Amino acid sequence: MTEATTIAVGAETGTTQATEGGARSLASDAWRQLKKNPIFWVSVVLILIFVVMAAVPQLFTQTDPAEAILKNARERPNANAWFGRDIQGYDIYARTVYGARASILVGVFATLSTVVIGALLGVIAGFYGGWGDTLISRITDVFLAIPLLLGGILFMASFPNTVDSPYMVVVGKVVLALGLLGWPSIARLMRSSVLQVKPNDYVQAARALGASPLRIIRSHILPNAMAPVIVVSTINLGVYISVEATPSFLGIGLTPPAISWGVSISDALVALRTTPHILLFPSLFLSLTVLAFIMLGDAVRDAFDPKTR
Amino acid sequence: MGKYIVRRLLQMIPVILGATFLIFAMVFALPGDPTAGKCGERPCPPAYVAKFRQEHNLNDPLLVQYGKYVGKLVQGDLGTNYYGIPVKDELAKRYVTTGKLALMAVLWETLIGILAGVLAGIRKGKFIDNLVLVSTLFVISIPIFVIGATLQMFLGVRMGLFPVTVSPAATFYELLLPSFVLASASVAYIARLTRTNMVENLRADYVRTAIAKGLTRRRAVGIHTLRNSLIPVVTYIGVDVGALLGGAIVTERIFNIQGVGGFLFRSIGSRDGVAVVGTVTALVIVYLFANLIVDLLYGVLDPRISHD
Repeated sequence: MTEATTIAVGAETGTTQATEGGARSLASDAWRQLKKNPIFWVSVVLILIFVVMAAVPQLFTQTDPAEAILKNARERPNANAWFGRDIQGYDIYARTVYGARASILVGVFATLSTVVIGALLGVIAGFYGGWGDTLISRITDVFLAIPLLLGGILFMASFPNTVDSPYMVVVGKVVLALGLLGWPSIARLMRSSVLQVKPNDYVQAARALGASPLRIIRSHILPNAMAPVIVVSTINLGVYISVEATPSFLGIGLTPPAISWGVSISDALVALRTTPHILLFPSLFLSLTVLAFIMLGDAVRDAFDPKTR
Repeated sequence: MGKYIVRRLLQMIPVILGATFLIFAMVFALPGDPTAGKCGERPCPPAYVAKFRQEHNLNDPLLVQYGKYVGKLVQGDLGTNYYGIPVKDELAKRYVTTGKLALMAVLWETLIGILAGVLAGIRKGKFIDNLVLVSTLFVISIPIFVIGATLQMFLGVRMGLFPVTVSPAATFYELLLPSFVLASASVAYIARLTRTNMVENLRADYVRTAIAKGLTRRRAVGIHTLRNSLIPVVTYIGVDVGALLGGAIVTERIFNIQGVGGFLFRSIGSRDGVAVVGTVTALVIVYLFANLIVDLLYGVLDPRISHD
């Protein structure tokens, strides 16, 4: 889905060219715009809450998420268990709080890896051109032709988990799968935005003054070509969190005893007919996180895009 | 035009080879023994295992296996899977079902997605615009299997409006709900994309010119603006075909549809490499052709783009 998403977002983003509004740079101009946007602040607060939840879940709950009280299984929300209890008698509130970690880790690291690989290859292809460009573009085509979900499933099946695989190893595999299949869309976006920045006068001037290619890339190309990539990756972060839950549903990603929203959601589906609250809370948290990142991306895009002012 | 198509077809070859090799390498890395469980409750006799591995070239190194596979692929032979069934026959049957599902999903996308996007775009800032923006965000943020299971529960089980599962015949009515679920996220993206482009193009000079020279608003919006706004949308739909076919794995599982997704998933589970590679190869080819068709459509939508 992400390749397509990127195109949609990329097309929505269009070209973000710097316009001279006084002496402000594009970034500080965007920041002034962002500060006034309530949606930006709502999403930032939401994201902060979820990141803190992922880092120190103990702040939010004292209950042990691995404590199953079987006789209270499927209990509805009440004073003792705020969100009720699931099929195994786990406290849903505690499990939802502890489940944030997997989603945030996967989202953040998958996005980081796609941006690092994609931006690097995109800059090389766009800036240097020539046979390197051709080679990178063809490799990008190959990877783009494999749907994200399908490739991810195959990857997870090729390197399966056992019951005692360490948590971080399993998370790492999901990150690796998403990074491996997600970079092409970023690389393509980066390449096109480098191609737009490259012919500008200031790049030519720097070259005429004898700046090394690395210096030109670092101080002239990258700052001016990063905006669309930042926007798309913020939105992708949300999409990856949503995609991360899918392998759990198919039984090959994170699986019990690991605690994650994906695991909670897929476990809850069997109880959907009788006790839908078991499904409601983890999916609500997951959707709120995804929503926060997408809204943040939207707000940043609007701030960077002179056309929407 | 003809030359352009031939060039594009030739460019597809390295992509297909690359993608199949990637898949092949991943399948090659699949752990486990494909002969496990084939002889009932006991391990297979060594003679059978040896014969099986010989037949499926499992003793060769990766590149040799791949070379042998491509050699057969060029002749249109997708091989037989580890249960002796020709992959081509199985796929032909299943691609009809999944193809129907994906095609109906594309129909949902174009109908609801574009309609909602146009309505939101021409009434920017009004109630319907906000409704579309909020509801699309809502749909995008929910994982597809939650949407699927919930709709199946409420519309299928509780209200009895739609069949809960799909029979092997996969009729139009049975596929209505699954295809809608499959399309849901894309519908949302298309609505947002169409809206953005409509808003942008409505401010364009040529629309003002069209109205100034006396065209009705309906014609200026319906013909001039819409046609120009559709190019990114068509691009999106083309790329999305691949995602729809791949994403069908989840939808097919929820609604018990006998399509490619289920076949692929089961083949991965039983370490059936030939079946997996064949299925994905077919999928990649469909995806590349969908993109070619989209590129040809550009010329229809925008006369400035020509493929000569």
